[in-house]
Amino acid sequence: MNQKYMLPLIGVFLLFLLAYAGVEGANMQWAFGIIFPYLAVILFIGGFIYRVYGWASSAVPFRIPTTCGQQKSLPWIKQNCIDNPDTASGVFVRMVLEIFLFRSLFRNTKAGFARDETNRLSFSWEIFLWVGALAFHYSFLVVLLRHLRFFLTPVPACVRFLEYLDGIIQIGLPGIFLSGIVLIAAVLFLLARRIFDGKVSYISLASDYFPLFLIIGIAATGISMRYFTKVDIVSVKEFIMSLVTFHPSIPEGVGGLFYAHLFMVSVLFAYLPISKLMHIGGIFLSPTRNMANNTRAKRHINPWNYNVKTHTYEEYENHFRDKMIEAGLPVDKKE
Amino acid sequence: MSKNAIIVGLVIFVVAALFPFWFNLGRSDTVAPKPELSEQAKAAKKCVLEKYDMRANHMSLLDEWRDSVVRDADRMYEAANGEKFQMSLSTGDNSCIGCHTNKEKFCDKCHDYASVAPYCWECHTNPKEITQ
Ligand code: HEC
Ligand code: HEC
Ligand code: HEC
Repeated sequence: MNQKYMLPLIGVFLLFLLAYAGVEGANMQWAFGIIFPYLAVILFIGGFIYRVYGWASSAVPFRIPTTCGQQKSLPWIKQNCIDNPDTASGVFVRMVLEIFLFRSLFRNTKAGFARDETNRLSFSWEIFLWVGALAFHYSFLVVLLRHLRFFLTPVPACVRFLEYLDGIIQIGLPGIFLSGIVLIAAVLFLLARRIFDGKVSYISLASDYFPLFLIIGIAATGISMRYFTKVDIVSVKEFIMSLVTFHPSIPEGVGGLFYAHLFMVSVLFAYLPISKLMHIGGIFLSPTRNMANNTRAKRHINPWNYNVKTHTYEEYENHFRDKMIEAGLPVDKKE
Repeated sequence: MSKNAIIVGLVIFVVAALFPFWFNLGRSDTVAPKPELSEQAKAAKKCVLEKYDMRANHMSLLDEWRDSVVRDADRMYEAANGEKFQMSLSTGDNSCIGCHTNKEKFCDKCHDYASVAPYCWECHTNPKEITQ
């Protein structure tokens, strides 16, 4: 037992109970169905703008050439144009690959002692974090986009097509959506990694576990509503549409589980700007990824530099040229 | 990255995140359509399960029916309200489509709204479409 994950686990459980009991026991549909979701949207958008604006206002550091390939150099040395770009287009490709394929995670290594008598420390490639992260992020994206069917009427063909692809294995009724299963499996794997891998566990804090538990809670309630406990989807959609058209009205017969799901989603969105989940916006501003390595080609002036008075060699020579020629010293320009 | 580029990205993000709000601005036609009961259904008064149960759970019921017929060759279903049904999607008066005769005005109304496209009709037929 470890309080770093027990506390967030209990916290998420209490959030669930709060909404479930608030609706089933105290009939507080208006709070969990209307007030908290609107509040969450405001906090999410406001907080996101505040955070990114803060980053935008801070000074851009000197280009950091921590790269994974050959820098632009002499013409006969082959440059790695994507891993060590010196142009904006190279940086663009590097950013696209980072955002869509998580290449930094792909390079993940793990350290370990050899199990024989040499007991040597060695590093090996560790791909599972990358696999788990890709599965998690993409299934979450699909789940999120699929939920657009509750926010749009009529539902656009692209969302229908996504649903069709997601439900392509046609098992059971209502048919299984692959993304839901992949999402819960991936998030459980990422959680297990934090708990059981001693080195990761050591650096994990409550704020690492909380979003994981929250997402597990959201996925579990969603899966439960779709496949097991059931909810009247048509009334739910009518309710969501009433929220997005600003005529909120509480549906009849929709139970506490739906409000618990909605409340946990609201908490996730409201919490996002003050948490590590801000990497949604932050990844675009990764200083080691989004700047070209052209420090030798272009002069970068540090924005907070003190204004130092300089005296270049050219100025020096201009000043002493006559005397230098007189003394027989070599000069660049002979007047 | 330059400040201006970041602000442009931020604006794009906010507009995209608020998409459902501005896209539906000022609309009032977003309430769910009411499925229309056919004459047969009106006469029968009762569905297989309670109305709310039917709304949320009819796909699971159909799954149960399908498995019962195709795997156990058992076509008789005794509902909780004592009625007996010949389990079928669209064959006979006791089937879903037999009672809810107008599929377009009943099943499809909800399904279009909720964006579900049951694949059943690739094999099963709606008797009305055949006689037309
Ligand atoms: C009250 C609205 C409503 C009516 C009326 C209705 N359905 Fe549905 N049906 C739904 C909803 C909503 C779903 C999707 C549930 C989900 O996505 O979890 C659904 C799903 C289904 C599914 C499962 C589809 C899938 O691929 O998962 C089948 C089969 C189905 N309905 C058959 C019928 C038939 C047959 C009728 C007419 C006799 C009918 N339904 C009438 C609302 C309705
Ligand atoms: C004997 C006629 C009969 C049969 C057979 C029948 N139903 Fe119904 N169904 C009704 C009636 C009557 C109602 C309206 C119940 C009410 O309003 O309380 C209804 C209501 C419904 C509703 C809810 C509609 C709403 O307005 O919310 C759904 C969904 C539904 N039926 C689906 C089905 C499906 C799927 C089947 C096949 C498994 C089926 N029904 C078989 C008579 C029937
Ligand atoms: C690949 C073709 C095919 C598809 C798709 C299909 N079925 Fe069937 N279904 C059959 C066949 C064949 C039978 C057996 C018919 C019989 O023995 O009377 C059957 C029987 C049934 C039965 C019982 C008998 C009857 O008359 O209806 C039900 C209920 C049923 N299917 C429901 C569904 C539902 C609900 C779907 C959609 C989610 C579906 N089926 C999709 C081929 C299909």
